[in-house]
Amino acid sequence: MPELGKYAVAVLSSYGVTLALLAGLVGLTFWRAGRVKAALREIEARQGKGSDG
Amino acid sequence: MSLWEYANPRKFMETSALVLPWLWALALVCLLGGLAWGFFFTPDDYKQGSTVKIIYIHVPAAMMAINAWVMMLIASLIWLVRRHHVSALAARAAAPVGMTFTLIALATGAFWGQPMWGTWWEWDPRLTSFLILFLFYLGYVALWEAIDNPDTAADLTGVLCLVGSVFAVLSRYAVNFWNQGLHQGASLSLDKRENVSDVYWFPLLICIAGFVLLFVALVLQRTRTEIRLRRIKALEARERLA
Repeated sequence: MPELGKYAVAVLSSYGVTLALLAGLVGLTFWRAGRVKAALREIEARQGKGSDG
Repeated sequence: MSLWEYANPRKFMETSALVLPWLWALALVCLLGGLAWGFFFTPDDYKQGSTVKIIYIHVPAAMMAINAWVMMLIASLIWLVRRHHVSALAARAAAPVGMTFTLIALATGAFWGQPMWGTWWEWDPRLTSFLILFLFYLGYVALWEAIDNPDTAADLTGVLCLVGSVFAVLSRYAVNFWNQGLHQGASLSLDKRENVSDVYWFPLLICIAGFVLLFVALVLQRTRTEIRLRRIKALEARERLA
């Protein structure tokens, strides 16, 4: 860990907020993608259609 | 092969499925590599101390906040002129990503500004135009959610995107237009004398590449989801008619 001195709170807060927001965005993107893909599979199976990938 | 072929949802799904794993991997490598290099292996600045390490997230996030809006503008124009649904869906997919980058730029700017300027916030031209850009992102996302008809939503959000572009440009050039405020000029410049020192420049470039790749990966992934949602709506409508 580098010596951040009196600015440690500012630097670590910046990195913490950024990583949390990016992780949230990526997580939400994949969670929603999975949910929608499953829903499409279900409705296509019901209607007897092929998947678009 | 024409670029417009990718406006075909099936073609877009096929191509993006091939490209996405590479994009995610490259984005992860660049982000982790650039941030680790910048955070652990660069020296403190003689004036700003260790706060200079915030540059590796603040600058790429701010750049992408503006560039995301430019991408949305281009996609919206393609929708408004050529009526390609994938472009409208891509603009919709990019908005929450751009909004998050804008929020990161505002938050890290506040964390950086407090020890350097003695204040979390100042009604400085660049900061203010960034805040307005964030509000435009919010409005854009809300407008998409508020309108049921997807074509009407794409039309109205396309117009909103055109109006918001003024603030995207202002966010980038505000420091040049108004020679006032606390925020300094651009950190990156083609003029070597105005650029940041090489010791910060190289890891910063890698971080920028990481943010760009992450943006592209997220937009492609989210556009695929929007295309599937659109197909679900079409199939449900067909079911109701049957």
